[in-house]
Amino acid sequence: MLQHSIARSALVLLLTCSAGAPGRASEAELFNQLGGLPGIQALVDGTLRHSLDDPRIKASFDDTNIDRLKGLLTSQFCALSGGPCIYKGRTMLASHAALGIKARQMDALVEDMQLAMAEQHIPFPTQNRLLALLAPMRDEVVSQ
Amino acid sequence: MGKRCGISGGFFPLFTWPFYVWVAASSGGAVAQTAPSWADSGRLLATGGVSQVEGQAGGGLVPWAVIAGYGTRDAVGGTAHGTEIRTSNYNLWTAGAAVGLFNRIELSYTHQVFDTGAAGRRLGLGTGYTFVQEIAGAKVRLAGDVIYGPAWMPQISLGGQYKFNNRGPILHAIGAKSDKGADLYISATKLWLQESLIVNATIRLTRANETGVLGFGGDRDNTYHPQFETSIARMLGPDFAIGAEYRTKPSNLKFSRESDWWDIFIAFFPSKNVAASLAYVNLGTIAGRKEQHGAQISGQIGF
Repeated sequence: MLQHSIARSALVLLLTCSAGAPGRASEAELFNQLGGLPGIQALVDGTLRHSLDDPRIKASFDDTNIDRLKGLLTSQFCALSGGPCIYKGRTMLASHAALGIKARQMDALVEDMQLAMAEQHIPFPTQNRLLALLAPMRDEVVSQ
Repeated sequence: MGKRCGISGGFFPLFTWPFYVWVAASSGGAVAQTAPSWADSGRLLATGGVSQVEGQAGGGLVPWAVIAGYGTRDAVGGTAHGTEIRTSNYNLWTAGAAVGLFNRIELSYTHQVFDTGAAGRRLGLGTGYTFVQEIAGAKVRLAGDVIYGPAWMPQISLGGQYKFNNRGPILHAIGAKSDKGADLYISATKLWLQESLIVNATIRLTRANETGVLGFGGDRDNTYHPQFETSIARMLGPDFAIGAEYRTKPSNLKFSRESDWWDIFIAFFPSKNVAASLAYVNLGTIAGRKEQHGAQISGQIGF
């Protein structure tokens, strides 16, 4: 009986911890949790600094205008997280189609981004909420 | 020490051997940076799960839809693991290996020793009587990805486990119909990033008694019935999760009721080359002995 109530308590804990309802309000909240525009700029800078130093993917950026890429990523993350930005770049599909990106390169970029977010002391659940907005785009980035 | 020593106590005393795995692994943290492309260890940390009790990638008791190791669709991955479950009267020791091919197919082989300890004598089998089970597993990812893609679309895999037990005559004596059997299941698993929550649901067709260590089918019921298994876990950090699992089981034998299983676990992923989990497991009644609960500890190395 005791064990069953422990199990029930654990389950209740797991479920109630996750009860924060996603929605419009929480998307603007994410923008703020990321530190607003300066926070997102720092996050993009940090991510690309790691990526350009990452033997797994640095060659992918050989023909890339890094300053332009930083601007695009910043406006994209800002818009996705509910901030006052409009992303004016091409679609993920159009901008990556010719690059032949492999699944492992996408994962490496995510790891570099996680590293940058951790360095900025962005809490782990917040990191994941940003990644949650990017994860659906994977199949447009990675070549099939 | 008796005959149990060589099987469990001798090599890996409970609660000490994972320490050595941990020490061994702490030297291999940066392998992903230099891995060859055929073994890229590319997938994100924790997406290979740990090794469940039958040796497939999953939680502690429940197989998940994820493919063992960290290979992406362009590479292979693999794991080797050891697990010990120690309950009030019994001990289950498991060792096995799995390969993941192109994040599509998982093949595994697992060797399992079920030690009845002192309870073996009460069952008329003798103290420390062991059942040995071999498990060949296969799993194929049908659709989806555990992290990427739409949040509503889980990774879905079809899996199978072919099991054979070395104690045919005894199994027949306790009412089991066969010393070998196959399980077939379908699993859906998603790491729901919005809430850092891993949710898994598995439906399994089986007639295994206590996963097969007590044979297959029985004098009470000899047919396949769907069983439901679920895991829910929260990632508290990139390398750390807590969770709970529940696994329904058939009850085919007249001589002893069989219970559903559940556990509460913590899992650590210090690098892509090592994972460890520790669980409180409650396995209910096994072979006439009630209240079999205790600890499950598991260590895994891989790439």
